[in-house]
Amino acid sequence: MLFFATATVAQTQKESIDVRGNCGMCKKRIEKAALSTKGVKYANWTAETQQLTLIYNAKKTNTKNIAKNIAAVGHEADSIVATEEAYNALPACCLYKSVSPHGG
Amino acid sequence: MFKSFLVPIFLFFLGAAHAQYQVSGYVYSQENNMQSPLAGASVYWENSTSGIVSNNDGYFTLVHNPENTVLVISYLGFKTIKLTSGFDKLIEVILIPDDAAALKEVTVSQRRKALQRAVFTPRNVSTIGSAELLKAACCNLSESFETNPSIDVNFADALTGTKQIQMLGLTSPYILFTQENIPNLRGSNQTFGLSFTPGTWVESIQITKGAGAVSSGYESISGQINAELMKPLTAPPLFINGFRSANGRTELNLQGKYDLSSKWATSLFVHANKRSQLTDMNDDGFLDVPLSEQLNVLSRLQYIDAEKGWVGFASFKVLTDTKQIGELSYVPALHKFKGQYWGGELDTNTWEFNLKTGYVDPEIPYRSIGFQSAISRHKQSAYFGNKNYNVSYTSYFHHLVYQSILGNTLHKFKAGLQHMIDVYDETILTTQIKRNETNLGAFFEYNYDGIEGFNAIIGARVDHHNLMGTFVTPRVHLRHAFFDNKSILRLSVGEGRRVASIFAENQKFLGSQRKLFLAQPTEPMYGLLPERAWNYGLSWIQKATFMNRPFDFILDVYRTQFTNRVVVDWETPGAISFYNLDGKSHAQSMQLTVNTSLNDRVDLRFAYKTFDIKTDYKSGLKQVPLQAEHRWFAFVGYGSVLADGKQWRADATLHRVGRQRRVASFTTPSDLTAGFSLLSMQLTRQFSNQLSVYAGAENILDVKQTDAVLSSDDPFGAAFDSSQLYAPVFGRMLYAGFRFNL
Repeated sequence: MLFFATATVAQTQKESIDVRGNCGMCKKRIEKAALSTKGVKYANWTAETQQLTLIYNAKKTNTKNIAKNIAAVGHEADSIVATEEAYNALPACCLYKSVSPHGG
Repeated sequence: MFKSFLVPIFLFFLGAAHAQYQVSGYVYSQENNMQSPLAGASVYWENSTSGIVSNNDGYFTLVHNPENTVLVISYLGFKTIKLTSGFDKLIEVILIPDDAAALKEVTVSQRRKALQRAVFTPRNVSTIGSAELLKAACCNLSESFETNPSIDVNFADALTGTKQIQMLGLTSPYILFTQENIPNLRGSNQTFGLSFTPGTWVESIQITKGAGAVSSGYESISGQINAELMKPLTAPPLFINGFRSANGRTELNLQGKYDLSSKWATSLFVHANKRSQLTDMNDDGFLDVPLSEQLNVLSRLQYIDAEKGWVGFASFKVLTDTKQIGELSYVPALHKFKGQYWGGELDTNTWEFNLKTGYVDPEIPYRSIGFQSAISRHKQSAYFGNKNYNVSYTSYFHHLVYQSILGNTLHKFKAGLQHMIDVYDETILTTQIKRNETNLGAFFEYNYDGIEGFNAIIGARVDHHNLMGTFVTPRVHLRHAFFDNKSILRLSVGEGRRVASIFAENQKFLGSQRKLFLAQPTEPMYGLLPERAWNYGLSWIQKATFMNRPFDFILDVYRTQFTNRVVVDWETPGAISFYNLDGKSHAQSMQLTVNTSLNDRVDLRFAYKTFDIKTDYKSGLKQVPLQAEHRWFAFVGYGSVLADGKQWRADATLHRVGRQRRVASFTTPSDLTAGFSLLSMQLTRQFSNQLSVYAGAENILDVKQTDAVLSSDDPFGAAFDSSQLYAPVFGRMLYAGFRFNL
């Protein structure tokens, strides 16, 4: 146990970035894209805060890389805008530009 | 908030008359990485009066007029979603909890699906929620499965009124029971243990078909049943339940909890039941159900510190239970061991203590460590006529589990150690048998989560057991979703093994004059080999929409193949023998289930099951006795619109049990019994969120087995036998009760 603890703390970085999205389907897509980036250990996105909490190996990747991968699946991440094509491919409830996540 | 739900619902029915374009879809909720259909979510057009609530499957459909541009989907406690396009396609929305809206606001009753099949885990798990538990007549864990087609409830014997449950054609010793993941109902607790957990204590039950998780143990062969009890922090401050049935059973449950602080809470649950009325509906001179008394007390302490990541539990339970069985005229003080009237008494005293503690680093949420420790003692002293059986059983259990990831959270693992000591001291007739079992096991389980599509759990454990030696138990579970999660395929394979506690598990033979044949009873494991079996399973779930109603079709096919088995042979009249399997033994089952709803208020459930359960006896390969080859199941449930906490609920369950093979007696050859149907109904009136009253009837068709006790007029003769029960002894049974909570 002690071994795990020391080994991970050395390179592990915890950080949050802004990611736009609406619903549980967005959550799945965003987290999957983040986790598919080499070096990312953990990704948890919350609609309420529009924040993605990341734990990653700083030697292998950085937030810019991760944000690029998320933008590629249609979600604006850390000010990297998704392409029109990727955005339009999202299902209706994920269209964060026209749908309010907070409702009324 | 609540009124704004109802207005659109009402107006929708007016508006639906002139049909326009329809927009339809499903609402799901996502909590703790579990996704499930969300019933009761309101779906309406913004700035309009047309709307609807999603049904039990999360399904909704409503009219789309050109002026409607924004579709609002909301549910109290979840974030509201607004849609502006995509109305031409099937809409799928996943709502996530709105943590800002404190849980306290969510007092409006949720209409969650009471019986859920997990869709996202590789294991074939169905959960019985608290709503489903309320549908059973009463009163303890053994009676909680009547509305669930995956579990078959059998009658254990004609004397003790005990119900025995089975899964995939195998009785409870082959199912691993856990209570909050601590093994329970093992060893000597096997026969009556289910009746020692009151139903009102139970929060939910998880039923896993097929090989269980390696982290839970090597024992689960046909499946695993886990019961979660009410937690002090979330239980109502006060709960009172009273129940009375026409067969003389009275039950009382008092449950209270107290929050010591925002992190500490404690609860005290007290259950008492008593039956003092003599009943003999089948006129054989024997009590249909025993005279009985039980007092059962559970005290718990819970600790949660979310900021620091610590959780803890301490529980203490103590129980005393007495039963008197036998002839109506039997009075223990006058007739015990005198040979005039046949009777018996069973006294059980148990206590158990367990501790749980867990830690999740709040900074690294994918890593956790947990430790559980439990000690229990079970003491039963009993006699059946002129035969006595006493057992004392002490069990120690320790479990350490560490969870983390390999690379990222798509690849998780669980690793741990488990230590168990079981000490048995039995006296059967005049023979004393002592048995000590010690086991140390290490397990590792890898879990691949593909988020969508493919999931897998691959696990193995190595155990070192003082009687069984060192052995490896592998288990594999795979899941694949197809067609947008409309179809789900699951495959599982795993091995299990166990030491049979033959007397404790087959106590019913004591209610007969059968002679016991067992070669070396005082040798380790009664001179028998440990039981070993492989279980293979396939499950297919198909979701479909037909005539605007959602349908779930579920096909389960499972086979258990024994390598070693302790054969319990009832085939020779007047004898019972236990011996090692020499040849083949298997249990194969196929179950087809259809779940649907007629409309938003009426749910329907159908199932058909067929079993092929054969064992090589000394007299040849035979279908295992008292097992129906075919079973049918139908359930219909109704719930009126819940308004101001007021609701009517009604449900009816029909079980059709096919013909069963009965073993030969001194006067009759082995034969097939007639099939029969058991119908039960219950009506509940909820007056407010605090008070509800219910009444119902079980076995409405009044089915009774008249020859439940063979040779009942000569109970000390060789032909006396109460163990060959296939149908109810007691006929129609009416009951009523109330529930009150603060």
